[in-house]
Amino acid sequence: MRRHIHLRWLALAAALALAGGATAADYPTAEVNTTGLAVTDDAVTVGILHSVTGTMAISESGSVEAEKLAIKQINDMGGVLGRKIEIIQEDGASDWPTFAEKARKLLVNDKVAAVMGCWTSASRKAVLPVFEKENGMLYYPTFYEGLEQSKNVIYTGQEATQQILAGLDWVAKEKGAKTFYLIGSDYIWPRTSNKIARKHIENVLGGKVVGEEYYPLGHTNFGSLINKIKLKKPDVIYSIVVGGSNVSWYKQLKAAGITSDKWTLLTISVTEDELLGIGGENAEGFYAAMKYFQSLDNENNKKFVAAFKEMWGDDSVIGDVTQAAYLGPWLWKLAVEKAGSFDIDKIAVASNGIEFTGAPEGYVRIHDSNHHLWSKTRIGRIKKDGQFDVIYESDLVEPNPFPEGYQ
Amino acid sequence: MFEGYTASEIGAIFAMQGFAGLSLFCVFLLMALGLAIIFGQMQVINMAHGEFLTIGAYSTYLMSVVAEKHAPWLMDYYFFLAIALGFVVAFAIGWLVEFSLIRFLYKRPLDTLLATWGLSLIMQQGFRSMFGAREVSPTLPEWLLGSWQLSDTIEIPINGLLVVGVTAVLTLAVFFLLFRSRWGLKVRATTQNRVMAEAAGINTARVDRNTFALGCGIAGVAGAVFTTIASTGPTSGSLYIVDTFLVVVFGGAASLFGTIASAFSIAQAQSILEFFINGSMAKVITLAIVIGILMLRPEGLFASRVRK
Repeated sequence: MRRHIHLRWLALAAALALAGGATAADYPTAEVNTTGLAVTDDAVTVGILHSVTGTMAISESGSVEAEKLAIKQINDMGGVLGRKIEIIQEDGASDWPTFAEKARKLLVNDKVAAVMGCWTSASRKAVLPVFEKENGMLYYPTFYEGLEQSKNVIYTGQEATQQILAGLDWVAKEKGAKTFYLIGSDYIWPRTSNKIARKHIENVLGGKVVGEEYYPLGHTNFGSLINKIKLKKPDVIYSIVVGGSNVSWYKQLKAAGITSDKWTLLTISVTEDELLGIGGENAEGFYAAMKYFQSLDNENNKKFVAAFKEMWGDDSVIGDVTQAAYLGPWLWKLAVEKAGSFDIDKIAVASNGIEFTGAPEGYVRIHDSNHHLWSKTRIGRIKKDGQFDVIYESDLVEPNPFPEGYQ
Repeated sequence: MFEGYTASEIGAIFAMQGFAGLSLFCVFLLMALGLAIIFGQMQVINMAHGEFLTIGAYSTYLMSVVAEKHAPWLMDYYFFLAIALGFVVAFAIGWLVEFSLIRFLYKRPLDTLLATWGLSLIMQQGFRSMFGAREVSPTLPEWLLGSWQLSDTIEIPINGLLVVGVTAVLTLAVFFLLFRSRWGLKVRATTQNRVMAEAAGINTARVDRNTFALGCGIAGVAGAVFTTIASTGPTSGSLYIVDTFLVVVFGGAASLFGTIASAFSIAQAQSILEFFINGSMAKVITLAIVIGILMLRPEGLFASRVRK
């Protein structure tokens, strides 16, 4: 018990020392803010822009929670350049034009120093021109299809090749997989991702794609598809089904007798969040390739999960994107401190090569030129309770948003 | 696509594919039945139909939570209670909605469209506030999971059998209620000629209220059953609404048989096309066929016999 108290004091002293290194007085507002952002002598304002209403609220709530947690922790440590972070939160309402409008409001009216936000690629594509025109900085948390890079965006999730290639390599090596059946919801992310997967399977792994199919978003009946899979008997079912369809897909697979004792399924679209709706018992034993799982066994993650549950309740689950959202405020803080300024142009340059050792997923580093993160890819096996057993971890994978030979 | 397969393998696939078509037909019928009653008998376009499905789904979720916590011995059977609860809750809320909203709009059909669409948004946000934005998953009894091994190669999903069973029972019940009971006689009389029905002493306002509530209650049952094959979340209902209207409109608004025929043909078309082409194209072709037929027969498969 006493040792515990000592540690607390030490931690507090350390925090004070850190904060002492960056008081607002050392960084006069006129010098650190030359472009008229919402920075005062004791506060700096950032925006949070996610959907808390509409269909996407299912997915985006976790990101909002993680970003608020990170900002609270940063404030408890003394803020950024001695300034407390204040939050203006806007609701994108699952509607892409609304995202663009709210982004403009945050940048033009509120003059926020950075925005943590967006989830779907569609919402990111909608706000991108606004961020580029008004010169804002967006921290985008979702794993996505790649083929994009902007001075005004830091991508804290994985781009497609990071998530896909390591997973396929693993399943080819560990399961000796030769034949693959690619399945996705019918929009840009699954289609681009499967394109990359197919190239890798055919050109690098020497395997064969025996089927590639897309179903409309919100599709709820997979009976015919399941029969086709039974007919083709692929070594691996590679699934990128999203949203409400996801639940139907796994429940119907289970009901049709496609279970992990006889089949191998690898997905890049199921996190702990989705498993809440699917129910672990319906997907038990299937594999997911992600950079983060809540069950990761390291000190950073234990602290993160504990703090998250303390702030948002014991029932909370933390998926890959939630963790990536948590990185946003921290990476921004590091960039501001490295630049010694809140100016967007300086942060955009200073971000290159920034290392963050406190990430729950372990060490991450922003790439020297493309604003994406170096990160590891892991394979998790789904458990009945909706968590994952992490059974494989790759080396750090370089982000490659414009992969040659894969397009 | 069948080269290199044995006859028994192909036979098994066709058997399972036949069942997939049958269960899709039942899913379509189950979700459309409630709307067919409301739209067919009352000419009310209920855009909140999907949300009444969601009520059934959340009732099942609540029931599963209660059973898990307080009555673990009930876990194997709670699902039937959940179906009943789904019906009761959706019926009660439907009754209230008719009383407080719909009855003022009977003379303004386009306004019911807007009003019920608004209602659906309110209900979605209500679910979100009550149960959280994330999807939930009712714990299903073990016997409902998995498949029934008919032979070495033929596996029939048990949840599919449940859907087929419930659909059969519910359709028969609705048939008897509408065509073999005194209450059904009043409903049909009101539909055919409201003024004459009133002159004959039928309280048409009460008939309307109960008809609407019944349609909602049936949606509640469908929602409860769909938890075995699909998601439970604030917006789950919106996954069904387009298909539901498609089935009802294609069948011919005032005809229960039309709804059945339409659910059957759309389900078969979609399931066969999905098997031989793929999901997105199957949907496109199915919709194109439906539009084509509706251009030739604007009243749907079975023409309405309502006096104008």
